[in-house]
Amino acid sequence: MANVLVFAETRGVALRKVALEATTAARALADATGGGEVHALVAGPPGVGAVAEQLGKHGADVVVVVEHAGLANFNCEVAAASVAARVKGASYRAVLLGFSAQGRDVGPRVAVKLDAPIVADVTAIQAATGDSLIVQHPGYANKVIATLEVKSPLAVLSVRPSAITAQAAERTARVDTMAPAADPAASRVMVKEVVEGGKGKIDLGDAPVIVAGGRGLKAAENFKIVEELAAAFGNAAVGATRAVTDDGWRPHSDQIGQTGRQVSPQLYVAVGISGAIQHLAGMRTSKTIVAINKDKEAPIFKVADYGIVGDVMEVVPALTKAVHEAKAGH
Amino acid sequence: MKIAVCIKRTPDSESRFRIAASSTAIDETGLKFDIDDFASYAVEVALQLNEKQGPGEVVVYAVGPDAVQETLRKAMSMGVDRAVQLKTDSVPYDGLAVAKALAAELAGGGYDLVLFGKHAFDTSSGVVGTATAELLGIACVTAATKLDIANGKGTARRELEGAAETVEFSLPAAVTIDEGIARPRYPSLKGIMAAKKKPLETKPAQLGDVRITVKALQLPPDRPAGRIIGEGAAAVPELIRLLQTEAKVL
Ligand SMILES: Cc1cc2nc3c(=O)[nH]c(=O)nc-3n(C[C@H](O)[C@H](O)[C@H](O)COP(=O)(O)OP(=O)(O)OC[C@H]3O[C@@H](n4cnc5c(N)ncnc54)[C@H](O)[C@@H]3O)c2cc1C
Ligand SMILES: Nc1ncnc2c1ncn2[C@@H]1O[C@H](COP(=O)(O)O)[C@@H](O)[C@H]1O
Repeated sequence: MANVLVFAETRGVALRKVALEATTAARALADATGGGEVHALVAGPPGVGAVAEQLGKHGADVVVVVEHAGLANFNCEVAAASVAARVKGASYRAVLLGFSAQGRDVGPRVAVKLDAPIVADVTAIQAATGDSLIVQHPGYANKVIATLEVKSPLAVLSVRPSAITAQAAERTARVDTMAPAADPAASRVMVKEVVEGGKGKIDLGDAPVIVAGGRGLKAAENFKIVEELAAAFGNAAVGATRAVTDDGWRPHSDQIGQTGRQVSPQLYVAVGISGAIQHLAGMRTSKTIVAINKDKEAPIFKVADYGIVGDVMEVVPALTKAVHEAKAGH
Repeated sequence: MKIAVCIKRTPDSESRFRIAASSTAIDETGLKFDIDDFASYAVEVALQLNEKQGPGEVVVYAVGPDAVQETLRKAMSMGVDRAVQLKTDSVPYDGLAVAKALAAELAGGGYDLVLFGKHAFDTSSGVVGTATAELLGIACVTAATKLDIANGKGTARRELEGAAETVEFSLPAAVTIDEGIARPRYPSLKGIMAAKKKPLETKPAQLGDVRITVKALQLPPDRPAGRIIGEGAAAVPELIRLLQTEAKVL
């Protein structure tokens, strides 16, 4: 029987989706190792403890709440120190967290503090026996899938967002409070400003539908037709190729591909995108791919479930209209 | 400033990969290797910082077999002053073990800044930079898309999911470099000639315990062959029908 600790990331007082996914993975791991407990640690401003209920519903037995007025912005050093302090005072089989901007910061620091091996960007935990864990991790920009063995009584794993589906596992979590294990005011790195990407904007990693545009749109202002199609779906985020972010038509944070975001939505609509191998590396695991391109030889058509050969300026507005109609039940 | 850049030797990302007969490594026949993409941006950032700030030193480090010497020379041909190889027979998948080798060597080096790539192409982990920083006990900023150093302090911008933040940090610090910050320069002929005479030191790597091993590598399953359903706006009704009935996403 072994307990598993989750670092449940929040922004402000709200849980991030990947925190529930990590909790689901932790629940499965604790159950697989003989029914241990799942403990989830949250660190944030006063009020963040309210997420305990949601974590309990997803399988957390205990929620460790670190509240401090100095934690309005994410503070990596406090988060890592608090997770490590919690692990040192108890016995855990593993520490799980998300492979997100926060998780990338916290995971390796926790691993060093605990001298535990870390596997980042885990897509599945396949087996746990004794000191051995078998996990899957995509490498080579998703072109190779590695099965790795981690041999250690304590391991740190960061899970790829959206690779594991958060599942209900009803519990009423006990709440434990804890003081920050480091002084929030003394951090060597301080967040000065957070610029939100826009009100109600769905993050690429969370969006069930992504409409992405490439150089085939010809000009920044033509991205309007991509945004209108995304709005028609209602649950879509807008992405872009590197050609487009390089030209400054869209911010770098919208870039999908090997050196951008890696996404696997239910539906990916590629608008005026050639389908270069580096772009495919970021979206080829999407469930359904639609491509609109005027060149029938474009490589994107090799991976597209449904391809339309045509001019984006003609096809996309027609598709937007048809999606609106389909949504309205015509 | 005194800046260290940790660079990895990785295969060209455009390659088609095959799995070696052992099934635990990729088949390296015919592959071209170079400085890992993100680490090459880090080299460029280091060179630009010192060009702006006046005289300093940029030193590159690579953990790996003798083949990394070529990668280190490439960095020196871009303008890096000297290089250190931390020699191992092979580079483990265990990022913490690699970080220990780097930290053992960087400690006491007197660096103001240690730069890394956001993640390496092959391991795609983003572990080594942050872990090295923690081992050195210095500030760390990950995935910077902007970096400025002034008056002994650093400012960086990083992209979050659906947001971006500006952070301030104290020196010495480690920063992992994202794309978009700088385009790596091509070595000039003069640079290539000069690099041949620059110092490249080789020392044994003090890797930590290797606790992560590769059991198997596989190529991801192929997607079913693509299908073109029609041309122009006339194909839209068929697309809607397929999205509703076959893909069930609408
Ligand atoms: C190390 C490295 C990393 C990289 N990382 C990434 C990455 O993360 N993400 C990424 O996207 N790229 C990446 N790239 C770049 C990649 O190789 C391609 O250059 C890029 O994806 C091309 O973008 P694109 O499809 O928008 O442009 P193009 O390749 O120029 O394609 C435009 C397409 O639009 C079509 N088109 C033109 N006009 C119309 C029209 N009116 N109607 C319909 N179709 C039209 C054309 O037929 C063409 O297929 C990377 C490259 C390298 C070397
Ligand atoms: N063997 C190595 N030698 C030197 N630097 C490395 C090595 N492996 C990784 N790095 C650095 O650490 C970064 C992140 O690597 P990783 O954690 O493996 O994704 C790389 O971009 C390099 O800057």
